[in-house]
Amino acid sequence: MVRDYLDRISAHASLNAFIEVYKEEALLAAASIDDRFREKLPPGRLGGVVIGIKDVLCHKGHRVSAASRMLEGYVAPYSATAVQRLQDAGAIIIGRLNCDEFAMGSTSETSAFGKVLNPLDPSRVPGGSSGGSAVAVAAGLCMASLGSDTGGSVRQPADFCGIIGFKPGYGRISRYGLIAYASSFDQIGVFGRNLDMVAEVLSVIGGPDDFDSTVFPTKVPDYQVTIPEKRPFNLAYLKNALDHQGLDPEIRTGFEFFFEKLRKAGHRVDGVDFDLMEYLAPAYYVLTTAEASSNLARFDGIRYGYAGKPDQLVDYYRNNRSLGFGREVKRRIMLGTFVLSSGYYEAYYTKAQRVRRLVRARTDEIFSKYDFIILPNSPVTAFPAGQMLNDPVAMYLADIYTVFANLAGVPAVSLPLFRHSNGMPFGAQVIGNHSDEAGLIQVSSYFMSNFRMGD
Amino acid sequence: MAPDSFEIVVGLEVHAQLLTQSKLFSPESTAFGAAPNTQTSPITLGHPGTLPRLNRKAVELALKMGMACHCTPEPHSYFARKNYFYPDLPKGYQISQHRSPLCGPGWIRIAGEEGPREIRISRIHLEEDAGKSLHDQDPAFTCIDFNRAGIALIEIVTEPDLRSGKEAAAYLTELRRLVRWLGVCDGNMEEGSMRCDANISLRLKGAGDLGTKVEVKNMNSIRHVHKAIEAEARRQFAILEDGGLVCQETRSFDAGKGESFPMRVKETADDYRYFPDPDLAPLYCSPSWLEEIRSAMPELPEARTERYRASCGLSAYDARGLAEDRETGDYFDSVISLGADPKAIANWILGPVKSWLNEHPGSVLPLSASRLAELSGLVLGGTISFSAASARVLPELVRNPDKTPVQVAQSLNLIQDRDQDRIGVLVDQVLGEMKDKVLEYRKGKKGLIGLFLGEVMKKSGGNADPRLTREMLEKKLGGYPVGRSPKKN
Repeated sequence: MVRDYLDRISAHASLNAFIEVYKEEALLAAASIDDRFREKLPPGRLGGVVIGIKDVLCHKGHRVSAASRMLEGYVAPYSATAVQRLQDAGAIIIGRLNCDEFAMGSTSETSAFGKVLNPLDPSRVPGGSSGGSAVAVAAGLCMASLGSDTGGSVRQPADFCGIIGFKPGYGRISRYGLIAYASSFDQIGVFGRNLDMVAEVLSVIGGPDDFDSTVFPTKVPDYQVTIPEKRPFNLAYLKNALDHQGLDPEIRTGFEFFFEKLRKAGHRVDGVDFDLMEYLAPAYYVLTTAEASSNLARFDGIRYGYAGKPDQLVDYYRNNRSLGFGREVKRRIMLGTFVLSSGYYEAYYTKAQRVRRLVRARTDEIFSKYDFIILPNSPVTAFPAGQMLNDPVAMYLADIYTVFANLAGVPAVSLPLFRHSNGMPFGAQVIGNHSDEAGLIQVSSYFMSNFRMGD
Repeated sequence: MAPDSFEIVVGLEVHAQLLTQSKLFSPESTAFGAAPNTQTSPITLGHPGTLPRLNRKAVELALKMGMACHCTPEPHSYFARKNYFYPDLPKGYQISQHRSPLCGPGWIRIAGEEGPREIRISRIHLEEDAGKSLHDQDPAFTCIDFNRAGIALIEIVTEPDLRSGKEAAAYLTELRRLVRWLGVCDGNMEEGSMRCDANISLRLKGAGDLGTKVEVKNMNSIRHVHKAIEAEARRQFAILEDGGLVCQETRSFDAGKGESFPMRVKETADDYRYFPDPDLAPLYCSPSWLEEIRSAMPELPEARTERYRASCGLSAYDARGLAEDRETGDYFDSVISLGADPKAIANWILGPVKSWLNEHPGSVLPLSASRLAELSGLVLGGTISFSAASARVLPELVRNPDKTPVQVAQSLNLIQDRDQDRIGVLVDQVLGEMKDKVLEYRKGKKGLIGLFLGEVMKKSGGNADPRLTREMLEKKLGGYPVGRSPKKN
């Protein structure tokens, strides 16, 4: 079976989903799982499940580069908690997956290893930053994959590629071993073609970890796809989101139709006011670039990573960081350095923190009355390749629907429910309350079996 | 302008490495002197994806120090990132509580030039140490040892309350006594486990505003801090006397030359871009945890000194001497808890025991509490003399910890003879041989008693109890000890 996946990976090499495939190692791991089956030993909860990991997760003894020249040749000296737990559960790690450099981007075009193509239409981007992870699952190159979601980097590519992308709430999965973009937003997410697989992977990798003090101390429940106990649901959508001028009218119509069907099925679906909509993307970019400017300061070429020839210290730093990082990463480091600078701090960083607090308060208010919030993932379907590269602001604004869950810290999933007349899929983003990953999985399962259109 | 029309104003920032087994945010060892870069982990080296994890023991030690300095522990504090680039700073930022200290204002009492003074502490906070840049290991390159990176530090900042190099030295001495007493830091300035930066300015006496301050760094002993402050005050005075202005700068002290020189001037102003570290949850110290730490606080040196004075009847000098460090004080307490006489034991510890320790640097206390109690008891009972006990029995007991003081005294033939008949014979003998001296004595030359005593002691082979012998001599010579009336036979 692993051989089949390896064959498919070579057949789809042009998609550029993988940066590296662990061929020999995967075959060996498969053989040892086979032995366990033969000897009737328990193979592990994910025994034999073929999984790809985004190139921002450390895997001991393997290269990890965050798709950047900066970490060319760098070998991880330890494994991320999530990766270790996958392996302990018998999963077969088949390779590391391409993405935007340092997970910064919405198109998977900023990788130092070349852009990733959308398997449904190679002239379009697969979304980002976890584009390789979404493509690998969508094209059947592995059964599930891990990505990371700082502002939509799991949900948006899942939306563009027509699969499920699940971002747990902040603090549900240890970030230890995840190369940081913005620490208070980053969360490991899971891609899959069905919810059972996603739930299994989440159950294995979630839960407390001594190495990450921002993880909830409570154990994760055993996530199961079951029939929801509570029905009908109280569902909310954000009026300001659906009224947004950038939203593709066809996507908007799709959602209106979806809401009608839900109402007919006996659920309550209300539009709620959310006047912070216009502040979401700006606050998100101020805070994430601020954190990124500090998180990426460690890449200086002194202890590891890209290093030019020795020079006077300041020139050495300048040289390593100018050549090691790509354009988008440098843009965000400079933006983040600016917003934290004295004289600008209050106007940007402090104000953005205030927006974040207001978003959280408003979210709590909504969840005091509703079970879930439904939103689009993206105002448009997958963009044509190259379109966003020279217009970063347009790209940043395309994150408007996904950054909400990261600002609030709540779990959210992208479900492939719809199809656009341009032939591309688009999904519904369902957002759950804090710590309600279990409920989110259940309602997702209900939506997937009853409201999937276009297939 | 006269120098004494000015007053020196000093504030100190002390960094003390905490005596935790592991680093502030990672599990590796903190022992001093290991081979370079052997006490490092991916976390310390700032590898991609690593996260800090707070060492609770470090928080506990910092809180202890805060409580000892009469500071208010803050139940809520957080760690911020201080962002700057330097090769010995692995993450490109230092995690520090600069913006939100663990402990608020407090004070430490010192022996000032004009009696005790309270020096205000503005804050105590936790932060991580950086690695060490070694510029002298290679001709072309700077080498970096990351063993020190990530070690837990507390920074203790005073208000500008110190008025001289001497006071600064007194403050540091007191601070060092406290950190050692509490087991918070080994207080070793030479090895750099305690480091001090001084902010120094001058102002006209009676002036309210502070003058322009200069920060002096790289002083690796209390003596150097003392000298550096005096030198800096002289330098600033010379500038002011010439009508010049002191420039706000950071200077480095050169102990060899006894003067400071300006450190490299930075091209741009520092902007550390502090913001709360999103990798660490805010630090919360619950009232019950604080109470637990408070109730486990040892008796502090000041209280200990007072107890020795008030309930043991010791002089202020002796009391202070015994409370100099916790080990000595605890030793004293355990000896007197066996019923020994406090004053005698104070003399023993501050005299012979201390000299023995000075002659044997690095040793532990030479005698167990019970041995010292026994030995002191023998002297008080007159069985052996203090001089024989300290000069001969003590070293022998150290060599043979299994023997009792009596056994040692016997084997060295030091037991004093208190047999009045035997001593009486010797007294009669000596006085008979020195009739003319006896006459002189009786005429009033009382100092001769020493001569007679010496002769008797000689004849006894040094074993006669000198006090008893003296009494017997005086009686025989017709004189009586002062304060006693002659008895009619």
